[in-house]
Amino acid sequence: MTNLTRRSLLKSSVSAAAALVIGFDVPQEAAAQKPIRKKPMPNPIKAWLRINQDGIVTLIYSKSEMGQGVSTSLPMILADELCLPWDKVRVEHAPLDPAHAGQGTGGSSSVTSMWMPLRQAGAAARQMLIQAAAAHWQADPQSCTARGGSVWHNGKALTYGELVEAAAQLPVPDLATVPLKKTEEFELIGKPLPRKDIPAKVDGSAIYGLDVRVPGMVYAMVARCPVFGGKVKSFDASKAKALKGVNDAFVIDPAPQVHSWGGVAIIADSTYTAMQAKRLLQIDWDYGPHAAESSETLRRQFRRLVDSRMKVVINQGNADAVIGSAPQEKRIDCDYELPFEAHATMEPMNCTVYIGNGRAEAWAPAQGPEWVMGVIAQVSGLPPQKIQVHTTYLGGGFGRRFQADFAMEAAQIAKRAGRPVHLVWSREDDMTHDFYRPASYHRISGAVDDSGNILAWRHKSTSTSIAEWWNPKETPESSELGCAAQLPYLVKNYKVEYLPAASGVPRAWWRSVEASSIGFVMESFMDELAHAAAADPYEFRIRKLRGARKVMNAIDPKDRPLETARMQGVLRLAAEKGDWGKPLPGGHARGIACHYSFHSYTANVIDVAVENGSVRVKRVVSAVDVGTPVNPDGIRAQVEGAIVYGLTAAVKSQITIKNGSAVQSNFDRFATLSMKETPELVVHIVPSTVAPTGIGEPGLPPVAPALMNAIFAATGKRIRRLPLQPGDLA
Amino acid sequence: MAISFEVNGQRRTVDVDPQTPLLWVLRDTFNLTGTKYGCGIALCGACTVHVDGEAARSCAYPVGTVAGKKITTIEGLSTDRSHPVQQAWIEHQVPQCGYCQSGQIMTAVAFLAKHPSPAARDVDDAMSNNICRCGTAQRIRSAVLRAAELMRKGGQR
Repeated sequence: MTNLTRRSLLKSSVSAAAALVIGFDVPQEAAAQKPIRKKPMPNPIKAWLRINQDGIVTLIYSKSEMGQGVSTSLPMILADELCLPWDKVRVEHAPLDPAHAGQGTGGSSSVTSMWMPLRQAGAAARQMLIQAAAAHWQADPQSCTARGGSVWHNGKALTYGELVEAAAQLPVPDLATVPLKKTEEFELIGKPLPRKDIPAKVDGSAIYGLDVRVPGMVYAMVARCPVFGGKVKSFDASKAKALKGVNDAFVIDPAPQVHSWGGVAIIADSTYTAMQAKRLLQIDWDYGPHAAESSETLRRQFRRLVDSRMKVVINQGNADAVIGSAPQEKRIDCDYELPFEAHATMEPMNCTVYIGNGRAEAWAPAQGPEWVMGVIAQVSGLPPQKIQVHTTYLGGGFGRRFQADFAMEAAQIAKRAGRPVHLVWSREDDMTHDFYRPASYHRISGAVDDSGNILAWRHKSTSTSIAEWWNPKETPESSELGCAAQLPYLVKNYKVEYLPAASGVPRAWWRSVEASSIGFVMESFMDELAHAAAADPYEFRIRKLRGARKVMNAIDPKDRPLETARMQGVLRLAAEKGDWGKPLPGGHARGIACHYSFHSYTANVIDVAVENGSVRVKRVVSAVDVGTPVNPDGIRAQVEGAIVYGLTAAVKSQITIKNGSAVQSNFDRFATLSMKETPELVVHIVPSTVAPTGIGEPGLPPVAPALMNAIFAATGKRIRRLPLQPGDLA
Repeated sequence: MAISFEVNGQRRTVDVDPQTPLLWVLRDTFNLTGTKYGCGIALCGACTVHVDGEAARSCAYPVGTVAGKKITTIEGLSTDRSHPVQQAWIEHQVPQCGYCQSGQIMTAVAFLAKHPSPAARDVDDAMSNNICRCGTAQRIRSAVLRAAELMRKGGQR
């Protein structure tokens, strides 16, 4: 089990599988130890809360806080069932232990996956506190109520602090049947509450991975081959070692299971010394098999693949024949393409690890703390009980920090150093050794009839597949097609084909993963079809979404069906709030797009002004349906962030490849949207009482298509290749 | 070579290569980790501190050139998050991951000291060279304007 996908990683961590089961060949001595297993029913009072004498309650959250607000939204769910006043609540990240297994944070899954377990835990703890109070008063528990952090009976009150010791000794109620609050009884859920992590983020006290300082700690950096997959042939560290403060320089081995290719490690007495020493290393690299790869070679390969016969993944009706016989004026054939994208988290990768005296300890800004534990176990040979992993705040995640390559390097260096090692990546290391959003190419064809029906839709797609990179046992298309497997629109003949492209460029999960690419292609093409049918793009979508249909995932039938009524809901709300159809000044125009990802529904109306070939994004109005909104302000913040991240990828940033290396290595060439370029952002949330779904990512997919649809409306120019280039609108 | 300067009101002396960027002296020598490393080439602004009241990018600021000067870092802004800019940041719930926010706040404080009544466009000009990958620019803009208002109302520092 040396490979994995994020979906299986999340499933295994959500299902509380052993830390060591995740992705590794476990060393024999560690495998002999009993792996961590979640007990069937951890005592919720012991697992999720701590109460001090002042009545301050500390609630535990077990997902990584990377800015998406889980250190607030998850404790809100718990606090609501516990009837706790929000200002009395403190929060703390969970230790990595059996009671808090499943800490993998990604796939917009934190609130979705923890919603029921935390409500059950909170309700069970409330019931235990009530029983403890009832026993004290010798009263019927039914006559006692929990309110404001106390249990009440006939005007008497006992605080949770007074009750907690007795309550924790009581049997834990059956979590599956413990009575939960009704929607109308929620006191915190649905309120825009202030985030618990924000005060520490305005005074410099929040501790990120790079801020970890441990007694006796040394600083490390690694020189990695600039060419993907390249390895150290030989090296000369004499100049580096001559520098004052440099302790050691040595080779670390490739670790293919985390896609780390090793390099030359430097240990020094400060970050700056390590940085200087790294520059003085003389390394002879074996560039490996990918040294000739470039964006141009990849593009030629993409085009060859879409020209060829591809694997048929979905084939409903007879799209080929219908498209083949459609009259030219009712037929569209076009190619879309998207580049690699870097995550570019503001905090570069880093990790602090100690291995020695029969134990290990790590401080990791990680989305996958269990995976961090796994690599340390593998490197150290220690069993999980001897490894402590502390998850720090993450200075951005966006999927990058689900990887374990940085933890692997830190563990390798720490094993040799025998003292705490603080591994720092430079910005250049981070940007040129990322796991990029795949590059992809799409040939898409369709036909409409005189009545505006979509007669056929054929999507031939190729990309640098994530699944192929991470788990050859899965089909390469399983990670690449997203909503193309769940087309919400009424289309009579539908066909999807795919083949992966060969590439040595590392790739993985970037904010919204394949939805960022597929969403752009599908929603741009939908706009093209609307124009071919001479229809309004909004009305056209609404018509093709008609009926309260449930659309199954054609590739994964076990996936939750897409509900067309909810898609209509976000589209209508975005259109209404975004002034769809209302007049605009000359040179201004609107575009619309909607998408379904991570079981959430999102739609955007974007206003642009185009003048002298340059575009200004004026406003983005977004509507989202995420089921029950837990923290509405947190949801708004996530959608605002996803819009900006999506706009950056649409009009600013890309990673291009030359000689098997990333060309862009810092923010000088990897440009991001500045405040001046940031449009007005307005987010509306559809009221709902169904179970919540994720929102870290779904705000992103409808950004690029709504923007390019707006640019088309303004200029008649259809942008099919991202990012927008300076000459595109000339 | 010993270099002396003031950090958050305290006199400090270090004996390091004068070319060492101030950032690493703050972070690794003084353990003032609120000032962040983001790009190392004075582009992203995460490392912004004040040198004699002026916003400066500490990642590209040789420590040798701050001898005798007064440095303020995010830790020195207030002892209790009471600075109007910090208050406005909390009120507008600005930070997401928060990593760039020390630099954003220090940039905003230096800007407001010179422009007590800025227009939104001025804020955009002043803040556009600080990068936030979480996309908090809109909230930062609102918070800077709010901080200006708080400072005019008497929270002036």
